Amino acid sequence: MKLESLYQEIILDHYKHPHGKGLAPNFASEVHHVNPTCGDEITLRVSINPANPDLLLVSYDSQGCSISQASASILFDQLNDQSFETGEKAVEHMVAMMQRTQEPDEDILGDGIALVGVAQYPARVKCALLSWMAWKDAAIQAGAEVPNNTEIANSTELGEGK
Amino acid sequence: MSALNVAAIRADFPILRRTVRDERRLVYLDSGATSQKPFQVLDAERNFYETCNSAVHRGAHQLAEEATDAYEAARANIAAFIGGRPADLVFTKNATEAINLVSYAFLNATLKSQQGKDLPPGSEKFILNAGDEIVVTEMEHHANLIPWQELCDKTGATLKWIALTDDGRLDPKSIQEVIGSRTRIVAFTHQSNLLGTINDVATVVTRAREVDALVLLDACQSVPHMPVDVAQLGVDFLMWSGHKMLGPLGIGCLWGREELLSAMPPFISGGSMIETVTMQGSTFAPPPARFEAGVPMAAQAVGLSAAVDYLRALGMDNVQEHEHMLTQAALTALSAIPGVRIIGPTDIKDRGSAVSFVVDGIHPHDVGQVLDDLGVAVRVGHHCAWPVCRRYDVPATTRATFYIYNDLDDVDALVQAVVAAKEFFGA
Repeated sequence: MKLESLYQEIILDHYKHPHGKGLAPNFASEVHHVNPTCGDEITLRVSINPANPDLLLVSYDSQGCSISQASASILFDQLNDQSFETGEKAVEHMVAMMQRTQEPDEDILGDGIALVGVAQYPARVKCALLSWMAWKDAAIQAGAEVPNNTEIANSTELGEGK
Repeated sequence: MSALNVAAIRADFPILRRTVRDERRLVYLDSGATSQKPFQVLDAERNFYETCNSAVHRGAHQLAEEATDAYEAARANIAAFIGGRPADLVFTKNATEAINLVSYAFLNATLKSQQGKDLPPGSEKFILNAGDEIVVTEMEHHANLIPWQELCDKTGATLKWIALTDDGRLDPKSIQEVIGSRTRIVAFTHQSNLLGTINDVATVVTRAREVDALVLLDACQSVPHMPVDVAQLGVDFLMWSGHKMLGPLGIGCLWGREELLSAMPPFISGGSMIETVTMQGSTFAPPPARFEAGVPMAAQAVGLSAAVDYLRALGMDNVQEHEHMLTQAALTALSAIPGVRIIGPTDIKDRGSAVSFVVDGIHPHDVGQVLDDLGVAVRVGHHCAWPVCRRYDVPATTRATFYIYNDLDDVDALVQAVVAAKEFFGA
């Protein structure tokens, strides 16, 4: 059975006991991403850390398969209260791992390296990437692509959403 | 005891000899998405290319004559299979295009009428006015929903839909209420691709006739699986795809009443659908040629005709009875697994072989993954019928569909694999 390589124990743990699930009331940006072939959905919110505008706080709510749910839980562990640069690097690394062009690096992805088996199943890659793409979208919308632009960061920091 | 000799049938399907995922026997339970193809169909298509390949309805040479004869003979054979006349059968790329052909007849007639352009006699049936309504049901495949949403979006017509009961049937009260005096067409499925429900066509047709509305029946999941006769059904349009009934990919069929097809403006335009052409304008060929612009898919038509011969030799009553037996076995065995819930009718009456289910605590994608690992090919997701999932409050389902080459061993393999999925995920 190849199943164990796809569903490593750590993936099933994140699936059954997701970290950080639940939406924060305040946010700078909110995105809703879906995987239209299977109905996986995630709502992800990003806000700027009031104590340090270089850091982005993440909250999310989601439904879907074990891979998409575990991946969102891992994303929370890795990217909550991290800078845009750290997050963007992790997203790129995750995508490259799914394309099998990058060996998994635990320093960048943490438990996310356990998702390496997903790359063997092209139909599941979208499930694994859903939350990571949502984070990037939300982070950019929150004004994080210009981290030095404090005007944007300040104006969105306490926003209550659209 | 089966109505079909499955061992003999399986021998005709080369793909069923292959193995999947570590040398496992392929248990193919995804014929609702697309069926496998027997030698007879593959040979017919290959024979066309080897003996008379040329562009149909063009050319002065012998190959063109033979190709044209083969294409038109296929049309006659396929039309007869559903009790229709060849002149009323249009070949399309697929069933989705066939539905669009009808929805665009409404759009094009409406636009041309607003511009004061010439339209074929009888086209009033297709001209939409403010306040007109299009009716579908809540169990439609996206192919029979989005084209109508788009039509309404472009014309200002209103889309209404017939509601479903908790056990997966059309709500009889809703049929009477939703179809009303402003209804111009009722487009609905013969058999739900997700729920497996076989709809009571007569009730819908009777109500539609009371209000003088047209009726389009999506027969993608019925023509491959049961006897279908357009005269008996009393509908105005019937469409289905070739690839779900042992035929090749790339061909679908639209049957329509002669007077309606004649009254419809063209959909896709270009070569071979014309009568006369000048730089100032053109007139159009009668149906079916009016709706078959460009060089047609003759080899696929010949392949589909061979599929029709194959099914006819088995007998559609026998096909239906065989699937009925497998569906009953699957419903009984799956329902007996704790935590498994059937989405759709659990009663075998008026029910086809699409069996959708959810397993408590395991997402359908994960169920499908374990099944795949055991060689059992099913479909997971919303099956291009997302509103049905919303109606029954499930994110997605796992769906098994049975066909002529499946047997009780395949049902057993499915059931054992679902049990294995539960064990794997500890659900």
